[in-house]
Parts: sequence; C-alpha cells; structure tokens
Amino acid sequence: MSYIPHTTEDIKQMLSVIGAKSIDELFKDIPVALRAKSFNLPAAKSEFEVTQVLRKLAAKNATGLVNFVGAGFYDHFIPAAVDALSSRAEFYTAYTPYQPECSQGWLQAIYEYQSLICELTGLDVSNASLYDGGTALFEAMMMAVRHTGRNKVILDSGVSLIYRTMLYTYTSNLSIEFVEIPVEHGQSSREELFKYLDDKTAAVIFQNPNFFGAIDDHSDMVERVHKFGALAIASVYPVSLGMLKTPAEMGFDIATGEGQSLGIPLSFGGPYLGFMAAKSYLVRQMPGRIVGATVDSEGKRGFVLTLQTREQHIRREKATSNICSNEALCALRAAIFVSLLGRDGFKELAEHNYQKAEFAKEALSRINGVQVKRSSPTFNEFTVCLPRQADEVVLRMVEKGFACGFPLGRFYKGMDNYLLIAVTEKRTKEEIRRLADSLEAVL
Amino acid sequence: MNIPKDILYTKDHEWARIEGKVAYVGITDYAQHSLGDITFVELPKIGELLKQATFCATVESVKAASDVYAPLSGKVLSVNTQLAANPELINQSPYEKGYFLSMEFSNEAEKSNLMDAVSYQKYVEEISK
Repeated sequence: MSYIPHTTEDIKQMLSVIGAKSIDELFKDIPVALRAKSFNLPAAKSEFEVTQVLRKLAAKNATGLVNFVGAGFYDHFIPAAVDALSSRAEFYTAYTPYQPECSQGWLQAIYEYQSLICELTGLDVSNASLYDGGTALFEAMMMAVRHTGRNKVILDSGVSLIYRTMLYTYTSNLSIEFVEIPVEHGQSSREELFKYLDDKTAAVIFQNPNFFGAIDDHSDMVERVHKFGALAIASVYPVSLGMLKTPAEMGFDIATGEGQSLGIPLSFGGPYLGFMAAKSYLVRQMPGRIVGATVDSEGKRGFVLTLQTREQHIRREKATSNICSNEALCALRAAIFVSLLGRDGFKELAEHNYQKAEFAKEALSRINGVQVKRSSPTFNEFTVCLPRQADEVVLRMVEKGFACGFPLGRFYKGMDNYLLIAVTEKRTKEEIRRLADSLEAVL
Repeated sequence: MNIPKDILYTKDHEWARIEGKVAYVGITDYAQHSLGDITFVELPKIGELLKQATFCATVESVKAASDVYAPLSGKVLSVNTQLAANPELINQSPYEKGYFLSMEFSNEAEKSNLMDAVSYQKYVEEISK
C-alpha cells in the first residue's frame, strides 16, 4: 500500500467542509501547555548511525545480572523451537486470522492452546487469551458480577498489587464494592473472609501461589463461597500447576493468570498473555474469542470461532466485554512451549523450580541475620526478612552481579526489610551459593 | 404468518397471553421468522420485577442478538427451562412450547398499550410493505 499524503488543496477542502480555518484550530480544545512545542527534529541519520544510537541505549540495560526477581513475571528458559516456529511468516504476519475458509492453521493452533489451558487448570472451557494476567482477572471478576447480579467483591491482599490496582482502575466508574482481606503468615485469612462473605458477594478472588510465593489449598474457602451463591476466582502461576492441586480440584469457578512464563520473554511489561478458563456453565459470560472444533460440509474436522454472539461486533453495547482481540502470537508461543515439554516435562519443570527454591532457602537461612519465612509452603518464590532495608540491599547486590529479588516494601506497608526471591529452573546451585555468599558480604 | 386471535401484541413483536392475573410471554411468529434459527435465549431470574417496554430477555439467532422487552409490568413467576437445551422450540412453536416466561402482571391498565390480533396483523402488513 502506497503512502499518499494530503495535498494543500485536500487540506483546504476538508477544513472548509467542517468550517475550520486552520489545522491548528482543530487542536484548540487541548490546553496550550499540553500541545507539542515544536516539531524541529534533529537531522535524519543513516541506518548505520541509528543502529549505533540504539546499541548504545540497549547497552544501558543490565542484561548480565543473575536473575532472582519474580513478583509475577519469571525468568524461564525458552527453547529455540518456540522462536523458530512462532516466527514462521504464516503465523507471524497474519492479521486477525479468524476466517475459517483460509485460517485453519491458526484456528487449530488457538484450539490447541485452549485445550492446554483447560488441561493445566482442570476447567472446562478456555478462551483464545486476553492481554495479560491483570485484564484476565478483571474480566473474570466482571463475569461473576454479571452472573450473580451482585456487586460486592472480596479480594485477598495476597493478590498482586498490580492486579488489585488494575481492578480498582477498571471499575472506578462502576459501582463495585471491594473488600480486601489480609494475609496472615502467608495465608489468606479465613476468619476475615468468613466475616465479610454474605449473599451480596459476587466473587472472592485469590492468587495461588500468592504474591509472597506462598501456596494454599483454598478448597475449604471455595466451598464456603459457593454456599453464599458467590463465585470463586483464582489467579494462578501456570508453571506451578505442574505439581500443585489445580483450580478445578479446589472447586474454583474461574481461573486466570499471566502466561508469560510459558515461552514468552521478559520485556518491560509486554506483550504478555492473559489466560482464562472456567466451568462450562459460564461460557456465555466469557469475554473474547473462543475457537471451537466442528466438521465441514464433507464431514472433515475443522475449526471456527464459536459463540460469537457474546462479542462486540454482533452484540454491540450488550457484548460481554469490550475485548474482541486476543494475544494470538503469545498464545501460540505458550502452546508450542507446553507441547515441547509434554506432560512429564512440564511436571519436571515445576519440580525443578520447587526444589531449587528449597535449596536457596537452605543456603540463605545459614546467613546470620537473614530469616527465611517458613510459615507456609512455597512454590519457586519465597520471602526473607533482612536485618536492613531490602531496597538498599538490592542496589548493593547489583554491583555484585545479582538481581537478587523484589523489595516487598514497594507494595506492602511495614515490609521494608523484606525481600521476595524467585528461583527458576535456570538458576544453578553454583549461582545460588554465590547469591548467598554475596548477600552475606553486603549485609 | 400465524397471529392467534386470543392474545395481545407489542410493536416489538412480543406477545402476552392473559390468564387471570398471570401473563404468558413470548415472541411472535413474525419475530422468529425474521431472526432465523434461534440458538440461545437469556431469560430473567424468577422473582425479578419487569417493567413494561423495558428489557427482559435476550434472544440470539445465527444472524443477531436481540433484546426482548416485557409486554407488561410485573413479577416473573416462571421461565421456560426447556429453551436452554432446545432454543429451536421458539422457531417451531412461538406461541406454545416456545414461550419465554410467565409473570404476575401488576397493572391492568397497561393492557391498553398492547394491540389485539387484528391491529397487529395490520401493523405487520404495514411494516412489511
């Protein structure tokens, strides 16, 4: 497609039709202070010069640090086949590839992705994905609000602050009543939950493992939530599902989560992958695209978008959600990643994460003044209490070559000395030993 | 076009069959024909209070999703649970097996806002021209 700019004559004609004297007049509603001051850009550079500038900028990134930061986004190994397959032009360049007549490959890939998400969560139906873990959680909450016709939501404060902030922001113009229940010794407070749970409650939202890395069996709470006719929603870390009880086994109605750990690189906030699965009775409340399997006029297996009457292009303002899109390429990477590992490989991956984090707990607990929190079992991330401010320690550890963790004081009041440490399968015992030695040295 | 004599109609092609204080509600033969094959209906909850001419249900066909409006005000007494598994009943039997719900209507006077079969017949002929 060629780029044809408007001619002076075009512009004059268009302005006269709408009755504006100049282009500047079109911007008069924007306060002067907010308008661009100048478009005097520096002189054009050659490709070579641009590459030099960008390389210099890129070199500012601390890419060589040994990474122990998690807090919702994890440094997992990505097999080369994920890049090779997902960057094939048939997948990589396709835009809205949903016409069954010409997009069977893509539709099947999404169908496989959905099937894998169902298998991981144990739930009945999955959509074709959403933007990220936070949007998925918001959409799940709105499903519960629509389904129950209620507007009170109980939120465990072990849910990532990023997600909680997203829920509050997205609903700032809706009448949703939020109640946050505290985390006590790493676990959701049953007592507080039962205090607030009533027949006005639409949903109760948990995260497993929670932001502190603690794992919990929520079955008892989910059962109670259902007694009041409310829905139970879990935001889960998919890699942990290789060894933990699934959301379905605990009775959850909807599970969502961030799919970044399934073959998607860490990259300044995205693009990431929101996944969602639910019990089948909620399928019509589900937002976004759903691919279904069917047979064509000759009886051959094929794939189509299904239940589209939920969606915006048919239902307009009554659509279940504004979201008509998905993260197809990221979902594809997740499907390839999980398929490459297979059932046993995926379990093994979870096992490595768990064991290495346990090894790190041992190594760190030997340091004088470091207290590893052990009140709850954890998956691959855990909390330590340091004898000094965690953010200072983090800076000193950068000098030693480590991104040693996430200072919890950033998200939780009174936790300035607490550090959240994640250990994935990529970390070696040697790296963990060096982490412990360096930490001991900087304290 | 099937337009039974004994029931009342709205301009949005809903019908109401009055039996004492109870009204049975559905969509007309004209409506089901215009919508095409119906795939799903979303019905109100039992006990919900409906207001005349406002939203009470959604009907989805292979062509579109459309709102259904309450022909009268009142409380929902029952909904046709058969429709969840067999939405095609609305196409096959719009006035009998494919009814949507029954309601206890609260305002006798509202009936004057509805059309009888003769008026509805004329109305349909008018809009079909």
